[in-house]
Amino acid sequence: MIEVKNIEKSFSGNKILKGISTVFETGKTNLIIGQSGSGKTVLLKSLLGIHTPESGTISFDGRIYSELNPDEKRELRTEIGMVFQGSALFDSMTVAENVGFPLRMFTKDNNKKIQERVDFVLKRVALTDAHKKLPSEISGGMQKRVAIARAIVNNPKYLFCDEPNSGLDPNTAILIDNLIKEITEEYNITTVINTHDMNSVMEIGEKILFLKDGLKAWEGNKEEIFRTDNEAVVAFVYSSNLFKKVREAYLKE
Amino acid sequence: MKNLIFKEIDDLVIGSLGIVAFISFFVGGVVAIQTALNLTNPLIPKYLIGFATRQSVVLEFAPTFISVIMAGKMGSFITSSIGTMRVTEQIDALEVMGVNSLNYLVFPKIIALLLYPFLIGIAMFLGVLGGWMAGVYGGFISSAEFINGTQMDFIPFHIVYAFIKTLIFAMLLATIPSFHGYYMKGGALEVGKASTVSFVWTSVSIILFNYILTQLLLGS
Repeated sequence: MIEVKNIEKSFSGNKILKGISTVFETGKTNLIIGQSGSGKTVLLKSLLGIHTPESGTISFDGRIYSELNPDEKRELRTEIGMVFQGSALFDSMTVAENVGFPLRMFTKDNNKKIQERVDFVLKRVALTDAHKKLPSEISGGMQKRVAIARAIVNNPKYLFCDEPNSGLDPNTAILIDNLIKEITEEYNITTVINTHDMNSVMEIGEKILFLKDGLKAWEGNKEEIFRTDNEAVVAFVYSSNLFKKVREAYLKE
Repeated sequence: MKNLIFKEIDDLVIGSLGIVAFISFFVGGVVAIQTALNLTNPLIPKYLIGFATRQSVVLEFAPTFISVIMAGKMGSFITSSIGTMRVTEQIDALEVMGVNSLNYLVFPKIIALLLYPFLIGIAMFLGVLGGWMAGVYGGFISSAEFINGTQMDFIPFHIVYAFIKTLIFAMLLATIPSFHGYYMKGGALEVGKASTVSFVWTSVSIILFNYILTQLLLGS
């Protein structure tokens, strides 16, 4: 569980996060949604320790990040898996080397053991014949799956995904969503996803945090988001006719 | 880390051997020809062609001007590769995993470039060899006279001076481009700009350090 208490973050005097508090629950897919510039990415990067909030606390299962010493922070980071928007695979490494990278850096496992684990997670993300390919030789969807495999190879307790569906076709996007949800349940990890994709919200949003202008404007789950009358949420989520109709149909039922 | 260092040695040092050998050999030849063509006074002995070639190549051409060329080749490679990693969030990925990205990316380059004097040693040898071939086969000087000139008034400290400069230039070549790549902001266009800026600053630093070191080490 990740508990965020009243965090604030500014850049060049411009306050981006204005006192956000929430809880991201273990074993659930927690989604952060909101318009561009609402503070989603800053919140995610603050959770990851890339940005340091000016006030407030972020605690990982009771461990307050800002109170940890550098060794404890490094230790905590080995418990985190991250799927970046552009996958952020290392260009010079093959798929297998990318996936095995965290194991080579943080474990004393021998090559055979690392290879077995790499094979296992690549099989888990349905990529069995791409071991020796470079990231530039595989499709965007495959790159995302490799990024997920790399994020889970070290058995993380926390998984963060920044727009995991961006630039993917609808079929692949659904596949990636389902994969993240399955992995979250299977390994009982705390997953936080930053997304614009309303399909993801409807499909896997077990906990949804809606940000507007750096503030928490609403939170709930995928059932509650259909029934909410919060104007900001309705204007954002149901801006397309398709989702308006989906909502109407849901409410009629 | 060991594999990373070997990879950097391959990319930075071994990968530069061809261009360094080519440039050194032909510039050494040109230095010999230019010296020969400018020695018009019959009282000046011809072995000075060999002497001038050795001094030019060992003292300045190999350590300094090859380093300026390497600021373009190695420097832009380092800046663009690290800059691309910054733009595509690969550095963020390292940080999130708990890897010290600065250490991971820059340290192997510094260690790899400790072998840079080896490259400059080859440049010195090939520069003088190029001068000998151009002088002898161009009909400007006999082989014995050229070799006599290369051995004349030899001061061993000049070699030490050249390699001290080379080591300091190696550190400049590893660190300045890494800094420009690591701390760059923006997208693909900025990667190109950062490479250009890094080349300019590395070259300027090499020329400035060359002046300071020459004054310190050879000035009376």
